[in-house]
Parts: sequence; C-alpha cells; structure tokens
Amino acid sequence: MKVPALVAALALFCAGPTVAQTPVKIGMITTLTTPGGYLGEDVRDAFRLAIDEEGGKLGGVPVQLIVEDDNLKPANGKQIADKMLQQDKVKLVTGLIFSNVAGAVAPTVLEAGAFYISPNAGPSNFAGKDCHKNYFVASWQNDSLHESAGQAAANLGYKRMVILAPNYQAGKDALTGFKRYFKGEVLEEIYTKLDQTDFSAELARIRALKPDAVYQFHPGGQGITFVKQYVQAGLIGSTPMVVSEVSMEPRILGAVGDAAVGINVTGHWNNDFANPASQAFVKAFTTRYNRAPTPYAQQGYDTAKLIGSALKAVGGDLAKEDAFRAALRKADFVSTRGSFRFGSNQHPIQDWYAFRSRPAPTASRRSPPRARC
Amino acid sequence: MLLFLEQLLNGLQYGVMLFLLAAGLTLVFGIMGVINLAHGSLFMVGAYAAAAVAGHTGSFALAALAALAAAGGAGLAVEFLVIRRLYDRDHLDQVLATFGLLLFFNELVATLAGRTPLFMQPPAWLGGAVEIIPGVPYPTFRLAILATGVAVAAGLAFLIARTRLGMLIRAGATHRAIVGALGVDIRLLFTLVFALGALLAGLAGLMAAPILAVQVGMGEQILIATFVVVVIGGLGSVRGAFVGALLVGLVDTLARAFVPGLLKQVFAPTTADALGAGLASAAIYLLMALVLVFRPRGLLPA
Repeated sequence: MKVPALVAALALFCAGPTVAQTPVKIGMITTLTTPGGYLGEDVRDAFRLAIDEEGGKLGGVPVQLIVEDDNLKPANGKQIADKMLQQDKVKLVTGLIFSNVAGAVAPTVLEAGAFYISPNAGPSNFAGKDCHKNYFVASWQNDSLHESAGQAAANLGYKRMVILAPNYQAGKDALTGFKRYFKGEVLEEIYTKLDQTDFSAELARIRALKPDAVYQFHPGGQGITFVKQYVQAGLIGSTPMVVSEVSMEPRILGAVGDAAVGINVTGHWNNDFANPASQAFVKAFTTRYNRAPTPYAQQGYDTAKLIGSALKAVGGDLAKEDAFRAALRKADFVSTRGSFRFGSNQHPIQDWYAFRSRPAPTASRRSPPRARC
Repeated sequence: MLLFLEQLLNGLQYGVMLFLLAAGLTLVFGIMGVINLAHGSLFMVGAYAAAAVAGHTGSFALAALAALAAAGGAGLAVEFLVIRRLYDRDHLDQVLATFGLLLFFNELVATLAGRTPLFMQPPAWLGGAVEIIPGVPYPTFRLAILATGVAVAAGLAFLIARTRLGMLIRAGATHRAIVGALGVDIRLLFTLVFALGALLAGLAGLMAAPILAVQVGMGEQILIATFVVVVIGGLGSVRGAFVGALLVGLVDTLARAFVPGLLKQVFAPTTADALGAGLASAAIYLLMALVLVFRPRGLLPA
C-alpha cells in the first residue's frame, strides 16, 4: 500500500505550481464486445488517434481517456456511468453506440451534472422532448439515416418499394423515418426477427411482390447476412437496394464482397471525401490501424475534435460549465465531414450524401468494393 | 402455388441447416448427459476457419478441411480439458462451465481474427442459381446445404443402426454402467462422440459461412433455435432432431412468409404487420410449447 501514496506525493510535488495541467478525465462507455463490438472499437481507436496526434492532449489540454465496455447492455452502461461519475469524478462522458444503452446512460450522466457528447447513438427523443443543455450529439439524429434513404429512393425515381427492418423500436423508427420522405407506394412492410439468420422467406416475398426497389435497415452482422442472401437469391440484378450508411460501411462491404456493387447508400461521410481534414484523418487512421475507417471512426474523431475545441476555450477547466457549453455549441473545429454546426437542440445540421458502391479500383481478387460518390 | 413451393423448399433448407447443428448437440446430450452451450462456439470456429482459409487460398476444398479440422480439434481439446470433468456433475455445473467456454471462444476468436466480420463466398461451381421451380432461380449453394444435410442424416442413421460404434453409442446411452462393465472403454467412446458432434458443428459452420455473417457471436444466434429443435425432437434422439429440425424450419419459414398476409385479411394493415411479425417470431416457441403439452419427452424420445 506504500506505492500509491508515494506516487501521489510525487505527483503533488511535481504538479504544485501548475494545477491546470492535471489531465481532464474523459469517460468513454462504448460497445467493444458482441457482434456490434467493432463499432465501438472504431470510435475508440479514432478518438485515441485524435488524442495521440496532439501528444496526449485535445485542444492543447492534457486528457486522460477512461474506456469501458458496456457489453451492449443498458444496465452495464448505467453501472459504469455511476462508477465513473462517483469514483473517477468524471465530468465528461462519451462513447455510446447503441440507442438502448444511451437511453439508460445519458440521463444518469446528465442528472449528475456532467456533460454527455454522443459519437453515434442519437435517439430522437433526446432531440425533442427529452433534450438537455448538457447533451450534445456529434454524429446524427437517428431519423436522419432513414429519412435520407427515403429521399434518395424518391430521387432515384422508385415508385413501389418493399421495406424491411428488425422487429424492435429502432427498426420501427427506421421504417417510419423512411416513409416520412419516400412519397411512393410501400407495397409491404416486413419486420424480421432480431436474431434471424435465414431470410429466404422474406426474399421470396420480395420476389413475388416485384417492387422497384428495396429499403432495408439491418445494422452490423444481420445486414451482412441479409445482403449476402439477397445477392445469392439473384435479386440484386432485378431489384435495386437502398440503405443508409449503418447498413453498408467498409467493414460490411468487406464481408459482403463484390456482391455489394451497385447498392445505393446514403450517409453523412465517406472515406473518399476530398476535404483536407478528412484526407489527413483517413491517411492517419489507415496507417495506424491498417484498416479503412468506417463512419463510426470518423464520428469518434470528430467528437474528439469537438471536445478539444471546447476544452481549449475554457483552458481545460470543466468547472466553467457555462463557458464550456457555449464553446461546444459554437462547434469551432474543422470537421472531417465539411460543414458542421449545431441546431438549437444541439444535434448537427449537416449535409447528407447519396453514394453508390462500385468495384474496388485495384483488380485484386479479394479486395472489397468501396463506396463512392 | 409456386410461391408456396418455394417457401416449402426454403423451410426444408433452413431445417436441414438446423439439423446439422442439432445432431451434434443431441448426440452429446443423449450419450453423455452433457448440456453443451459451447456447441455454437464450435460452429463459429468452423465458419471462421473456413472463411480464413478460403480467403487466403481461394479453395473451397481446403476451407472444408480447415473447418472440420479446426472444429474437431477444438472439440477434442474442450472434451479433454473441460467436459471430461463434468460427466458426473449436475446440469447446472455443465451449463455454467460451457457458458464460460462460450465467452472464452468469443474472445479468443476476436483476439485472433479481429472483430471485423469475415468474407466468404460459395465455390464457383455452387455460386449460381438453378430454376428448379419455373421462374424462381434458387441458389445452388442452398441446394448443396439441403443435400449435405440429407447425406449427414443418412450417414448418421447408418452409423447408429448398423455399425459396431453405433451399437456402443446406443448401449452407452441407455446402459452406461453395463457397457463399461463389459470392458468397453467408455471414456474413449465419449471422446469419439463429442468429436463427432464437433465435426458436425464444423460442417454446419462451413455450410453457413457463405450465407451468414461470419462474426464473433454467430453461434449464439442459431443455438437458441437449435435447442428448440432438440427439445421438440426429444433430448438425445438423432431421429427426433431430424424431424424436429424440419418441423422448426418449416414452421418458422412458413409463419414468416404467410402469417402477416393472412392477418391482413382480418385486421387493419398496421395492426396486421405488428401482430404478424410478433406471431411469426413466436411460432417456433408456440410449436415447442404445444409439443411439450402433448409429448413432454419430445416427438421421438431416445
């Protein structure tokens, strides 16, 4: 028990004159296990990249990142949040991937008077009736994913569509969001099971209905399974598919392979964006981690930059709550997605893009196709 | 009518896929009395080995060898290191230990292969589609799954009914102590049966890799349906597993295919969609409940 005491004394001695140099603690509660684990992994790795690029600082302020895995369970997330807030005295939390975990964690963080800045999950209730002065979203409001896909389908001239999503709240929100902007006829809404591995029954229904196109929301592994089976059933040639970026990012593209060519994707960012911030980020991320960044990685990176901009404004002193909040609202950082500002509900106002996947330019047998503008 | 035929075929194919997994699970339970929650992990190991080898060599045959070797090897190691200590313990201990194994395998695979789902495609000669029903191109690979499952069922039936090993398996299931007293090495028999179950799980993994997401945790998703199959068929009965698997495959597929449409004849579309999705999801559990009411030991108890 002597060692910690010694270290603490040393730290006191060294830190004496410059108290402000104590690192600001940032709590990151994210999903690192379960099939959705690679989402949190990308957010965490990109966030770390941003910190390391500044030599352990964000916005010139030394930071300490505390990462914990929520295991995709709301109860776990809440428990970690309590520990971070009470034991570690964290005043700034980020990292949540899934909306159901966010629903349990964000209120805990906010009630304790801390800040929560989301790098991914953006459930609609927090953008409206449950909004909070200390709650920011650096990614998107969930509905945007599906609304943009609805708009894209309308722009592509599709009139009769079949739309599918898993039978849970986010799936229902997805189809509702899609229909808000798609003005054509929805021939059928198909709800799949959350743990479903075989989609042949749904694919046969699609074939029989002969729609102009299909919209489907199956994030992560289920999306891979769905697209593989869609292609093998020979539907991709006759019935185009429209999805949002969560259903078709670089990791999913890699797992689906060339079969994904021709799929229409809507998103807020893609790793071929030409702005210098994005190019520098993609290069740094790819060099360090040896894989292409997903939109999740981009969101993690932007979240870190956003936090950095606000830390800089208050010199790392989170006790200046009002000034910190005001600085966050300004969003005074160079976003890798181009233009970025907050609406009055502290969710981003940003452009959405339509992409189409095409074969990878290098003719390597195993290289996956890449989404392009 | 054509649509109904197609959905029947889909249901049979899904059922056969479930049978590949359920056969191993039910064998291990029937002969050794072990509830093996890590069976899905062996399925995952098979799928990962297949996808990794296919990715590096492009050869489906090598991938098949790798899947069987990896799952079989993992099965042997698990039997030797863990399961062997569980034969005389009660089911709760077995569930705890094998659940631990399941978590261990998930982390092991994530560490070795990363969390990015792997890519695998069917071999070129099975990659197309055939019009076995006019106007409906059916993926050849799914027919290959169907054929594999039927072949495995026939092979198992032969093994259990006609061979010396099968005789010992049957005897071991019902009169374990006597078989041991007659000088049969019961430990070796158990190891063989467990390895056979692991091989079948690896085979299922190989056949699933081209049509499913090859990812950490893929075993648990399908394990639940597999347990339903085993319970419906009768714990420990391979014949029961075959019948149960086909029933579950058909009921699940046909419910998802037709229940929402049928409900629309009666209810408003929004109600029908919500109710239909719920009913379709619950169909196999309703089936299980019904079977348990009328045949508490399953359809074809061992």
